[in-house]
Amino acid sequence: MEERRLTCIGCPMGCPLVVTMDGGEVVSVTGNTCKRGEIYGRKEVTNPTRIVTSTVRVSGGSIDMVSVKTKEDIPKGKIFDCVKALKTVEVAAPVHIGDVIMKDVAGTGVDVVATKNVE
Amino acid sequence: MYDVIIIGAGVAGAASARELSRYQAKICVLEKEEDVCCGTSKANSAIVHAGYDAAEGSLMAKLNVRGNEMMEQLSKDLDFPFKRNGSLVVCLHEDEMPGLKALYKRGIANGVPGLRILNREELRAMEPNISDEACAALYAPTGGIVCPFNLNIAMAENANANGVEFHFDTEVTDLRPVEDGWEIRTSKGTYKTRYVVNAAGVYADKFHNMVSKKKIHITPRRGDYCLLDKTAGNHVSHTVFALPGKYGKGVLVTPTVHGNLLVGPTAIDIENKEGTNTTREGLNEVITKAEMNVKNIPMRQVITSFAGLRAHEDGHEFLIGELEDAKGFIDCAGIESPGLTSSPAIGEMVADILKEKMDLREKENFIATRKGVLNPNTLSKEERIRLIKEKPEYGNIICRCEMITEGEIIDAIRRPLGAKSLDGVKRRTRAGMGRCQAGFCSPRTMEILARECHKSMFEITKSGGNSQIVKGINKDSL
Amino acid sequence: MKSYDIVIIGGGPAGLAAAVSAKKNGIESILILERDRELGGILNQCIHNGFGLHTFKEELTGPEYAGRFIKQAEELNIEYKLNTMVMDISEQKIVTAMNREEGLFEIQAKAVILAMGCRERSRGALNIPGYRPAGIFSAGTAQRLVNIEGYMPGREVVILGSGDIGLIMARRMTLEGAKVKVVAELMPYSGGLKRNIVQCLDDYGIPLKLSHTVVDIKGKERLEGITLAQVDGKGKPIPGTEEEYSCDTLLLSVGLIPENEISRGMGVDMNPVTSGPKVNESLETNIEGVFACGNVLHVHDLVDFVSEEAAIAGKNAASYVKQGENRPSGGHEIVLNPIEGVRYTVPGIIDPARMDEELTVRFRVGGVYKNCYVSAYFGDERVIHRKRPVVAPGEMEELKLKKADLLKYPDLETITVKIEEA
Repeated sequence: MEERRLTCIGCPMGCPLVVTMDGGEVVSVTGNTCKRGEIYGRKEVTNPTRIVTSTVRVSGGSIDMVSVKTKEDIPKGKIFDCVKALKTVEVAAPVHIGDVIMKDVAGTGVDVVATKNVE
Repeated sequence: MYDVIIIGAGVAGAASARELSRYQAKICVLEKEEDVCCGTSKANSAIVHAGYDAAEGSLMAKLNVRGNEMMEQLSKDLDFPFKRNGSLVVCLHEDEMPGLKALYKRGIANGVPGLRILNREELRAMEPNISDEACAALYAPTGGIVCPFNLNIAMAENANANGVEFHFDTEVTDLRPVEDGWEIRTSKGTYKTRYVVNAAGVYADKFHNMVSKKKIHITPRRGDYCLLDKTAGNHVSHTVFALPGKYGKGVLVTPTVHGNLLVGPTAIDIENKEGTNTTREGLNEVITKAEMNVKNIPMRQVITSFAGLRAHEDGHEFLIGELEDAKGFIDCAGIESPGLTSSPAIGEMVADILKEKMDLREKENFIATRKGVLNPNTLSKEERIRLIKEKPEYGNIICRCEMITEGEIIDAIRRPLGAKSLDGVKRRTRAGMGRCQAGFCSPRTMEILARECHKSMFEITKSGGNSQIVKGINKDSL
Repeated sequence: MKSYDIVIIGGGPAGLAAAVSAKKNGIESILILERDRELGGILNQCIHNGFGLHTFKEELTGPEYAGRFIKQAEELNIEYKLNTMVMDISEQKIVTAMNREEGLFEIQAKAVILAMGCRERSRGALNIPGYRPAGIFSAGTAQRLVNIEGYMPGREVVILGSGDIGLIMARRMTLEGAKVKVVAELMPYSGGLKRNIVQCLDDYGIPLKLSHTVVDIKGKERLEGITLAQVDGKGKPIPGTEEEYSCDTLLLSVGLIPENEISRGMGVDMNPVTSGPKVNESLETNIEGVFACGNVLHVHDLVDFVSEEAAIAGKNAASYVKQGENRPSGGHEIVLNPIEGVRYTVPGIIDPARMDEELTVRFRVGGVYKNCYVSAYFGDERVIHRKRPVVAPGEMEELKLKKADLLKYPDLETITVKIEEA
């Protein structure tokens, strides 16, 4: 039996979690104060994921950069592949919150969407 | 072939250039930095000394008093901020009174007007925040404060308007006498001139020693300073000096002509002529010594600190004149304090020397005045509204702390000898000198510089050379 | 001279929420004055996640959070001017502002809501010795360059300050291709959220050095390196602990200061602890009809609380406009007295007759206290005694006072708020 101590990143509270594992299988998660904490605890020790936020260039817009994010969390190991894929992206204005900037980034199955309106 | 080449565009070089520009002559200033006012001239106490401090009968004393005398009219002619706020040399112990009286006597001998010694009560009436230990003070009503950047820039711009060339990023590497003058090798090519004025600040000994057997030695003497927010600006109204004595050399506390409070300097001899870094010890010395003469200084209001190097020659005297063993080479060396104060008089003296030697004829159309960057805060409301209608850039505030508009920044860039970098804009307009220290305005100022100078954002520097602000675009190294 | 019922200085999260609230509370004549080229304030450059859990029950990025309020403001037809700088406000509430199109102009306001936000402390305020090269940025200025302009401030980065802005920029710079070598923090604890230590430092193997500070800066034209040293209990560098780091960029995340030049200029009384205006239960300053909210009042950690606070300011500004001198008043004010661990409270005074049914009092503590109680005394009587596992300076706290309770103490003069040990 193995105990892993983590800080939950699900919300600003940052509850200290204790995840008990038995040979790679999660036995229990304690220390969380909500359901999301438990989900995070399980995921973090088996398949850690993150939401990635970044910026891409805009052409013909009132401003030069638009902020973007992965619509859902992606595997932690793919973070750099994701931002590298965004390197050469340029979107034409207008851009609206939720517009898909890149589909299935770095083979994760997750889209990158705009998080700001640019006229 | 030039008639005169001046090495250095600090206050001494710029003043010499300005005074020489009254005459018909082909003159050029060579400056190794990207702009005027990049050496000692930009990092000093900004004081216009009354003149009691310099040794009796010295050239320093003579030019100090003359420079002080000239400063008011010059500030009107050339449009730079100057204020005669008066200075006080504070005596903290009764047994130091002989020192104070000696200073008074020296001042009289040097021709300083209006000096008198104040007693305890008179001193406190003048400066309520003076230290409780202070028992007397030497009051010099002709002491003043000036904007050193604008003094330097104004003299240079006026010289330029009268035909003097300024070559920047041009570092002198070698000097050789040739048949009818001097050959000067620089990082940007070779120049020929009949006369050379060596106004090279901390490097003046380097050039002097290249041409003369009688060597001089200049030690960079570092002064660390702390600058306080304008909310501390009227903590004292006069420039408060410490009386040098057996309790050591104190530091001065002074309002600046822009409304800040300045505290410092130290006097630390170093070897490195580029050693303008402050040190923890230096700053601590400034902070502790400041409280000796003035109480309750709100040191939490410090917004920045900096250091400048004075060109201290071993003989502690201005060396201004043609070298005996190097004809045509005019030294303007050892210009440490009271260099800033003396600068107009130094320029006058250098011009007089050359006028005689070269038998120079005055120009008929010498432009004697110059206007600085327009400050809209000095306009009436109606005038300001009209200005913005005519030039909308004056309606766009860039520096929030000092309330500087895009119009002023564009003026600072477009004028002859205009700003090329953030520091150049800062010294001409004050944008970036406020309490947030350019945190808010620098990206905006960079955009304006890039647009006006047709440069990319990567080429915009803090102060020329390799001081680029941004290094690339997002993700370029991924 | 034009006039408006409510003029709001700042179109960031505070200004927007205040405007929306004032409109919903019946005021039509509202004007937001914003100095940047878009609404949204600092949120526009906070492109990271983590905003809005309380307000929208989902985690949004900064621009998305701002977008929600901008949409509301536009749907409610609230008037705003961009690229407009407020120069000053007179005590009679005449707002002088300036922009390219209209030049210098004045507006008479019935009520003013101060929502100017805050600025960052600079290197100069810390007296860090050394050279003054290019390459030193406040974290926020670097954030603006990267997220709004698209430029990299540098490639090898050291960050001083482990508040949230420093931590977020550690990750941001890394994800744009820079190498962040270390984050140094003067205090023995980090000022930022624990989640940010994980997702900004641990995720990228960036070391955090607590009780350390920058003691020297090298490089005359462009930064070449810095020296870190450990500090003692008083924050003074310990000789012999110096470590050199080569780098071309130093980011400073060393404190935020509310931007109150305009407030001071009009005679608003300031709280020296917060550097923001002193306010009463209505978030009103000592000048009648002048309200304050958001970071200009006191620096917040969560934008949700900014929006909550601003909504209250907007509502109260609306009441002031509608009722003016006829606002209810109990005729007496209760002073909140923060002591023993509590650095300040917002508000600082309460007129119970003007309170809503419930008043949220926000405060910050001066140190890290574990297993303690947050206590409130009405005079000598302890009325609130809440157990907290930990409270820290980096996390704003709150306690709620009920109007009904306060009315039970008609002669109450002081409410003391303090931290008590278990």
